[in-house]
Amino acid sequence: MTRSTRSAVVSGAAAKTRSRRSRASARLVFLGPGLAYLVAFLLIPLALLLSYTVFRRGRFGGVVYEVTGENFTRLLDPLYLDVVLGSLKLATIATVIALLAGYPTAYLIARLPRRWKTVALVAIVLPFWTNFLVRVYAWIVLLSGPGLLNGALGKIGLGPYELLYGQGAIVTGLVYSYLPLMVLPLYAAIEKLDPQLREASANLGASPVRTFFSVTLPLTRSGVVTGCLFVFVPSFGNFIVPELLGGGRSIMVGNLIRDQFLKARDWPFGSTLALALLAVLIVLLLLQAWSARRA
Amino acid sequence: MSRSRYTRRLPAAAVAAGLALAVSACGGEAADTAASPAASAAVAQLDPNADLSKQSLTVTVWDGYTPKELPQEIKSKLKFDLKVTLHDTNEVAMAKLTSGADTGIDVAFVSGQYAQALNEAGLLEPLHPELIPNLANLYPEAKELAYDKGNTFSVPYTWGTTGICYREDLVKPAPTSWNDILDPPAEAKKKVTMMTTERWLALPAIKALGYSVNTRSDEELAKVKEKLLAAKPNLLAYDDTTFGDRLKSGEAVMVEAWDGWCPTSEKNIKFVVPKEGSDLWVDTMVILKSSKNKEAAHAFINHILDPKVHGWAASNILYKVPNKAAMDIVDADLKAQNTPLQMSPADLLQGESIIDLGEDSTKFTRLATEVAAKQ
Repeated sequence: MTRSTRSAVVSGAAAKTRSRRSRASARLVFLGPGLAYLVAFLLIPLALLLSYTVFRRGRFGGVVYEVTGENFTRLLDPLYLDVVLGSLKLATIATVIALLAGYPTAYLIARLPRRWKTVALVAIVLPFWTNFLVRVYAWIVLLSGPGLLNGALGKIGLGPYELLYGQGAIVTGLVYSYLPLMVLPLYAAIEKLDPQLREASANLGASPVRTFFSVTLPLTRSGVVTGCLFVFVPSFGNFIVPELLGGGRSIMVGNLIRDQFLKARDWPFGSTLALALLAVLIVLLLLQAWSARRA
Repeated sequence: MSRSRYTRRLPAAAVAAGLALAVSACGGEAADTAASPAASAAVAQLDPNADLSKQSLTVTVWDGYTPKELPQEIKSKLKFDLKVTLHDTNEVAMAKLTSGADTGIDVAFVSGQYAQALNEAGLLEPLHPELIPNLANLYPEAKELAYDKGNTFSVPYTWGTTGICYREDLVKPAPTSWNDILDPPAEAKKKVTMMTTERWLALPAIKALGYSVNTRSDEELAKVKEKLLAAKPNLLAYDDTTFGDRLKSGEAVMVEAWDGWCPTSEKNIKFVVPKEGSDLWVDTMVILKSSKNKEAAHAFINHILDPKVHGWAASNILYKVPNKAAMDIVDADLKAQNTPLQMSPADLLQGESIIDLGEDSTKFTRLATEVAAKQ
């Protein structure tokens, strides 16, 4: 009997090792493709990008493997610094407008009856079913000198106004393009909010404004932060909107990077600019993580 | 030249299948990026009686820049397989050709100044004129191009210039000078566009100031920048691709344009080369030194120079070709409708040939960024 118990214990231990091993191999099977993808298409390109930043530009593009720090000193050149700061400014304005427009939208959708909620959410996502470029071109049709908006204004004796090809048009395009990315996380956060909390606040005598700023807004902060990040990140690095709606009259850091690779054939400096952009975004993500942990 | 522009008029060129058969291994020196004139490099011995059916050819060209049926034509006439790959700008072609590894590309279409740079890098095979009898079809002027006098490593395919394309009914008096676009009359303010690609962005100001399109002088470029910045508030946009449509809709009344891109077949749209002069751009064909199919490459170029094949480019892309026999067979009505096609080689040579500026080209890049970034 003792013997059989011992053998049972032994076989149990063996089974445990076996199951641990099979769990490890299961992990490999399930994580493997994702990991391979990340290594091949994220880590390796990123490592290449990082390494380019310390080399010199080849005459026809590519890199000459001579170590130099000049790409980083060039970053501090007022010319490029101004473009980076300008992009920060435009992306910030676009984010703030998207937040101001997105919050009430998300709030109202969250309070709709369930059936209408679905309809409203589909309507928010619908523009994504059309190609981004086509949607940006649509704004040209709307805003251009002989365009639809000026045509309509002309009928009531106004204008024509110069709406296209400036920073206003760029911000409009950015807000329009990324507003859904603001609304969705806000909706998710607001939807989860227990309505009883608002009722309790009202019962305790708080005005609706006070309830909003003391209860609703703090409790949906994670949605606000995520939404802002989702709008800010693609706005900051955008180059299509400034090119098409800005008419090439103002450039953002995305255009600068694109031009380094496609026009100036300066891969090292293009990589350095991309790295700078990445650094800004990493700082923002860290801030978001920190804010999420506090909440 | 940054040109994805052919696609405007043309469907995508068909890509035919091809395979690589090594026949003669020659001239495979490593690409030396330091300037080493090709003339000093070994010239391959080519066999004029080589069996072309044992070779095959890979060509890189802009989309829509050669006839779609070209691979079939080549196969039936010259008996070798032609594979056409595409690039959308010179920069992309340069990246392909200078990546160091054997690219498998035998013949490339690039603009003159890029051909010059490739040659300085020792990547091009000197041409063997005896294998291209159709060179005789070229205008004598086509052998006097600054980036390659005598066509030693490149054969011109198309050529043209840059000028002002305008609405005759909306701009009065008609523009005659680059200053008309840099400092437009009141009714044209905010209704002019200039190009965004660096050398052409600078062109109007360079010529208005009487400088060379190939200037390297910091002092001159500072004056050019000043003039371009002064012009910026009067511009509608910087535009390389849609200026023709803007003219048609009336959104713009006067634009800086390449001759072949000015829709002069439309009523009221005219093209003028300003009195201060302009550039002369040339798109060329070159043979790579690393090619293992050099006899086929020469036969290919010779085929392109055939008046009927070369004339296709003039009739379909509406670019002038430097081939007299080909220009002679272009339809007279088409020429009458598209006035830039009427420019003679002598007129064209009034323009200054754009050459590669080597490291100094970064000055133009910086200039373009400075102008674009200025608010």
